[in-house]
Amino acid sequence: MRNGRAFWLFVGPFAVGLLVFVYVPIGWSLLLSFFDARNTVTPTEFVGLRNYVDMLTDGPFLSSLGTFSVFAAFIVPLTFVLALALALLVNQIGFMQSFFRSVFFLPTACSYVVASLVWKLSIFNGVRFGLANTVLGWFGAEPVAWTVSTSPPWYWLVLVTLRLWLQLGFYMILFIAGLQRIPQHLYEAAWIDGARPGWQTLRYITMPQLRTTSVAVLLLLLIAAYQAFDEFYNVLGTDRGYPPFARPPLIYLYYTALGSGGQDFGHGSAGAVILTLLIAGVTLVQGKVITR
Amino acid sequence: MISRRRLLSLAGASALLAACGSNTGRGGDGQALKQWYHAYGEPGVQQAVERYAKAYQRTPVDVQWNPGDYDSKLATSLLSDGGPDVFESTPQISAVRAGQLVPLDDVVGDAKNDFSSSILATHTVDGKIYGIPQAVDMQMLFYRKSLFDRAGVRPPTTVDELIDASRRLTRDGVKGLFAGNDGGGAVLGGPALWSVGLDYVRDHQVGFDDPLAATAIGKLRELHTSGSLLLGAVKDWAEPDAFTQGLVAMQWTGLWAVPAVQKALGDDFGVLPFPKLTDSGRPSVPVGAFGAMVNAKSKRIDEAKEFVRWLWIERTDYQEDFNLSYGFHIPPRESIAAKASKLTSGAAADAVKFVRDNAKASNPPDWTQVMRTAFNDAVSRVVRDGAPAGQELRGAAQKARDELKRLYG
Repeated sequence: MRNGRAFWLFVGPFAVGLLVFVYVPIGWSLLLSFFDARNTVTPTEFVGLRNYVDMLTDGPFLSSLGTFSVFAAFIVPLTFVLALALALLVNQIGFMQSFFRSVFFLPTACSYVVASLVWKLSIFNGVRFGLANTVLGWFGAEPVAWTVSTSPPWYWLVLVTLRLWLQLGFYMILFIAGLQRIPQHLYEAAWIDGARPGWQTLRYITMPQLRTTSVAVLLLLLIAAYQAFDEFYNVLGTDRGYPPFARPPLIYLYYTALGSGGQDFGHGSAGAVILTLLIAGVTLVQGKVITR
Repeated sequence: MISRRRLLSLAGASALLAACGSNTGRGGDGQALKQWYHAYGEPGVQQAVERYAKAYQRTPVDVQWNPGDYDSKLATSLLSDGGPDVFESTPQISAVRAGQLVPLDDVVGDAKNDFSSSILATHTVDGKIYGIPQAVDMQMLFYRKSLFDRAGVRPPTTVDELIDASRRLTRDGVKGLFAGNDGGGAVLGGPALWSVGLDYVRDHQVGFDDPLAATAIGKLRELHTSGSLLLGAVKDWAEPDAFTQGLVAMQWTGLWAVPAVQKALGDDFGVLPFPKLTDSGRPSVPVGAFGAMVNAKSKRIDEAKEFVRWLWIERTDYQEDFNLSYGFHIPPRESIAAKASKLTSGAAADAVKFVRDNAKASNPPDWTQVMRTAFNDAVSRVVRDGAPAGQELRGAAQKARDELKRLYG
């Protein structure tokens, strides 16, 4: 009995918060997705699956899903490999290990908005005295309008470097934690059996032992890729809306549901449900493939 | 103003949202009317509007100042019962159709003839007035006279002359024109349509479903590929920094920039409307105004309407103070604009003339988010990617047509 009370004392507030601020809105959003809900959250006109059909035949939404599937296919492995490499490096050094760990982890503590503004306004601005353009200038190159140019699409360079800088440290920490849980005697046994340190032990000892961590990291990376919003909104968004390229699904839905003159919660919710199902589907498939 | 506000809200959205909850009004006793403003950038405006509200004798009024993303906050609050009684915004047809706004024709009354008609039109939906214009803002082209003289270029009167001027003014590290970091697609889309006599929406029909539209937007592409545009500046088009720092010979920005430009360049600058392209078109300036509106969910609609009538119709002295004492706006009442000494000379006088002769609504009530996204996407793809203009605009027109059909049947 006492235990029961303590349980609810500790869990209760979180459960209530979760219910009120997460599950009720999710349920409500599901409900809205079946209604014509323009400028209202208590709609009366039931439209069945029409919002879903609209969204799935809607050019911009589909193209943003497509773009971000490509983005995920690119950024997930890249972040994974780089974070793992960083973790292996930092984990090997005996000297100042915690210093390097902290230094690489530090960007995670930086606000996405602040980092976006630094990238956009100071490093990759398009005028000749921007940092990147100054460096180009040393080699006699013309200034590049980094966030504007669409051929070649330099804005991807801005967005990908920004995302890597912000995220790598966090995943590196996850990998280091995983690495430190691998028992040393496995490596010793492998050496006795003639495995060479380096690629062989990485392939046959480290990677299999890191499987749980790897699955978690891949899942988080994938979800983060589809949920991209902050840095895209702050780097490419203007007061006149968002350009039609590199437009994350969430930004498109944000303008649909909350844009001025928009307030179309029916289509917005339907899009959100589609996106959720997509993430869940891809995650399940990925989990199946990896843990097989 | 709209543009600058949006820009600010984007740049500092997260930082400012934290401050959103602060109610700077007097403590509510449940009896006061709630009035909302977005955060004006000019110092003194907040104190001024609080002073106006305090001077109203019949009902106490609580003024709430809203930094951050005002549009989203307002739109959300209008869905609930907790919204303001009186607020400032520009009317959208979606809000009118959802029954969120109270018609104010009886409040405007005889003063209707004193408001400039192009401004009042942007606050009229289905023949009814939903907002009482408070302050007019407009965008125009600023040019540097000395750079024009040195290059032997005359102020452009056609779009082709504009492109030519931009090319010839590009030299010695100075670019010809700055029209936004996206290369002008977003802010010049409307002016390009107007330059050939087309429009966003006209008489409930798509206004740009015409081969001429492709020609007009194609000119923006020509400008974009001319190598004479400044791209990726630190501050976007709403701030005159690129112009005042001498990075460009021309910049597209707004009336609000006049004091800053004057301070930096003295009288070494002039202003122009966006020129025409063909004889079917006309020079244009995009114009918009925030208006005072009444929330249809308010429990005290009559009191709210009476307050709005008092503040924005009766107290013309307040409208003059609001428009001219802090920032730089044009009073929407012609009788007030006429006697404003600040607006009788230089760039400001030109701006007043443009608003009278060349005004086009920058944000018409029936230009909805769906249409805006479709059009801006099309223009952006043409201007930045070189996509075929005719095909892109036909696609956007189709979307706009579906939306108009939904709105008007």
